[in-house]
Amino acid sequence: MKYIDGFRNHLAAKSITGDIRELAAELLRQNRESRIMEVCGSHTMSIARYGIRQILPGNVRLISGPGCPVCVTDAAYIDAAIELAEKGIQIATFGDMLKVPGSSKTLADARGSGGQVHVCYSPLDAVKLAERNPDNEIVFLGIGFETTVPPVISIIRKAKAENLENISLLTAFKLVPPALEALAEDKDVAVNGFLLPAHVSAIIGADAYRSFVDKYKIPSVIAGFEPLDILLGIKELLEQLAGGRAELVNQYARVVKKQGNRIALNLIHELLEPADASWRGIGTIPGSGLALREEFSDFDASKKFHISTEGGEPDPRCRCGDVLRGIIFPDECPLFGNVCTPLLPVGPCMVSSEGSCAAYYKYSR
Amino acid sequence: MCLAVPMKIIELKENSSGVCELESIHYDVDLSLIETTKLDDYVIVHAGFAIEKLDIAEANERLRLFAELAETYHDADNT
Amino acid sequence: MNNIKRILLGHGGGGKLSRDLIDREIVTRFGTDGPLVGLPDGALLQVGEETLVFSTDNFVVNPLEFPGGDIGKLAVHGTVNDISVTGGVPRWLSLALIIEEGLEISVLQRILDSVKEAAEEIGVQIVTGDTKVVARGQCDKLFINTAGIGRKIPELNTGVHRIEQGDIVITSGTLGDHGMAIMAARENLTLNNDLRSDTGSVYRLVEAAAKWGNRIKFMRDPTRGGIAAVLGEIVENSSFGIILKEEKIPYNPDARAVAEVLGIDLMHVACEGRMLLICAPEIAEKIIKTWRTFPEGADAGIIGEVTDDIGRVILETQIGGRRMVDIPQGELLPRIC
Repeated sequence: MKYIDGFRNHLAAKSITGDIRELAAELLRQNRESRIMEVCGSHTMSIARYGIRQILPGNVRLISGPGCPVCVTDAAYIDAAIELAEKGIQIATFGDMLKVPGSSKTLADARGSGGQVHVCYSPLDAVKLAERNPDNEIVFLGIGFETTVPPVISIIRKAKAENLENISLLTAFKLVPPALEALAEDKDVAVNGFLLPAHVSAIIGADAYRSFVDKYKIPSVIAGFEPLDILLGIKELLEQLAGGRAELVNQYARVVKKQGNRIALNLIHELLEPADASWRGIGTIPGSGLALREEFSDFDASKKFHISTEGGEPDPRCRCGDVLRGIIFPDECPLFGNVCTPLLPVGPCMVSSEGSCAAYYKYSR
Repeated sequence: MCLAVPMKIIELKENSSGVCELESIHYDVDLSLIETTKLDDYVIVHAGFAIEKLDIAEANERLRLFAELAETYHDADNT
Repeated sequence: MNNIKRILLGHGGGGKLSRDLIDREIVTRFGTDGPLVGLPDGALLQVGEETLVFSTDNFVVNPLEFPGGDIGKLAVHGTVNDISVTGGVPRWLSLALIIEEGLEISVLQRILDSVKEAAEEIGVQIVTGDTKVVARGQCDKLFINTAGIGRKIPELNTGVHRIEQGDIVITSGTLGDHGMAIMAARENLTLNNDLRSDTGSVYRLVEAAAKWGNRIKFMRDPTRGGIAAVLGEIVENSSFGIILKEEKIPYNPDARAVAEVLGIDLMHVACEGRMLLICAPEIAEKIIKTWRTFPEGADAGIIGEVTDDIGRVILETQIGGRRMVDIPQGELLPRIC
């Protein structure tokens, strides 16, 4: 695991942390605080797993943004999936979705009441399910950002090749760049550095962020998910802040190319078109979603089964939106740790193991 | 979002798929999203799909940098 | 737990949900006094001058046969290990089978041969049992229960109440192999069988440690829920905490590889042939040295120590950070995020 372990070296981490401390001290002299938002759930998870917050100086704050596609899935989407399960349709889903609360229940609850819900590691497992059960309808829950979209929509390509008519997608895909725009436009969000996602960037390419950085002049670094990648990314953002610069830097060049993955992007373009999308806790962000094109309606579960994934009432006490926009920290939410816990989550931030509140609950209390 | 792991291609099969290896574990991986792959290439695998190649030269360069930082730190610590 | 009206799969996961179920339904009825108090792995029963250890376990696994073992081996090792970590020398087992109609006889034969082999290897005798057959669909191929009796080793006196600050936490080997092997086999995730379950018995390690008598404070085998469940439970309502050093925890590289791919934390994953032991600091290295002479203790090592950070299990991470280790919350799910 050379290309994994080499990025977790203890002494190198200490070295970089030392540099971070010096930079933070410099910022302190300038009376400034670094507020870095990571917009990727995998970054949130890694930061929590390695205890990175604990080794950062006090004036370097890491804020978890809405980069968790599970977190930002509307309650109505879950309700729709549960409804399909209760109608006898076989639901195939990534494990992350199983315990997300809809308006009142989770898919795990639906399974407990007799619904057929299969957890898949890969979307292709759903295709195998459809092959083995020609008399049943299979619906794959297509949630995710640009990284996951191409694997999920490959289901359609496979299904067409094999003439499978019993499989479809219930989609709730989301795009990162429009969300970044919305965050930068939001006056309540006070962020002076972005840690950009590793694998979303691998798909869309480093250049996809150029106009964003040019327009809003916020230092931004594309960083891998290993702890050393993250520490180096934080160091770069501090250097930029201290030096009054605002540039886009790609520190994950071992995977992310300037133009991204052409084949994946073409596949996305072929099957999907931009659409408005509702982000749980934030609201609708125009053009931040992807919907199946008309000619693929046969594979669109919402059309096939006449079911809507919009609407739905989240709990009015839920402050996930403020957490996702970095306005409050998880422990500043009145429900955190008492009413809302990983075992009985109110909102999505506590459900997904990478959700800001779940990670905080597990690792930082 | 996007748990993905670097693996080495050890076998190429038809319909754009292959077998990849991490430690001594072998996985079926869909390679349809990547251009021209060959044996011994490293790819980043997400949900059973290779989503990009790992640039070994860049990766080794980073590893070298980290190894250097580790050594300088170790030396500084011991002086 | 109040709103939960039906049993969830997570209730069997060995994590917090399981604990809640047992606390509310079992302990309240049977565990307020007597041997069940504190829910030890085995019950200590006084029969005249002798102390016996009595334990039972149910075995439900899919697939029945997996790399490194099968349900038969698990059924023997599981109960033998519970008796061992309670401080007993396992002697007799009962074997009860619930078989689903339609199970191939050849499968049953292989499993029973496995039971026989495992029992003979350890030196325990199958002395009683039962066989039931249920209609197709009423159980998943085969469920096994074993119950066992052993003789208590007089020198050993272990329990949570004996643990003190400064004590050392030891593992007998790599963690999480079994759970990962099962998950990989079940999900048809991997194409080869290199990742094998660690199922095996630990009774020789317990016997070898017995000579240190009172300086052995606590023993448990980390099954469902992994070491996170074991350690998380013992710090609850206690006068100590535990700190673990991530760099020291031994993991099989193949188990790590599968865990990385699925996004699973190996500290939450079951072992079926490992034990944790907490001891006085001065004997820790000696125990390790002794254990390493056994194949089942080849990767034994110190993984942490007991602290005054009351009620918390902390992990010092690979890169020098710190985080809490929580008791896992229900079933283990692969993730893509």
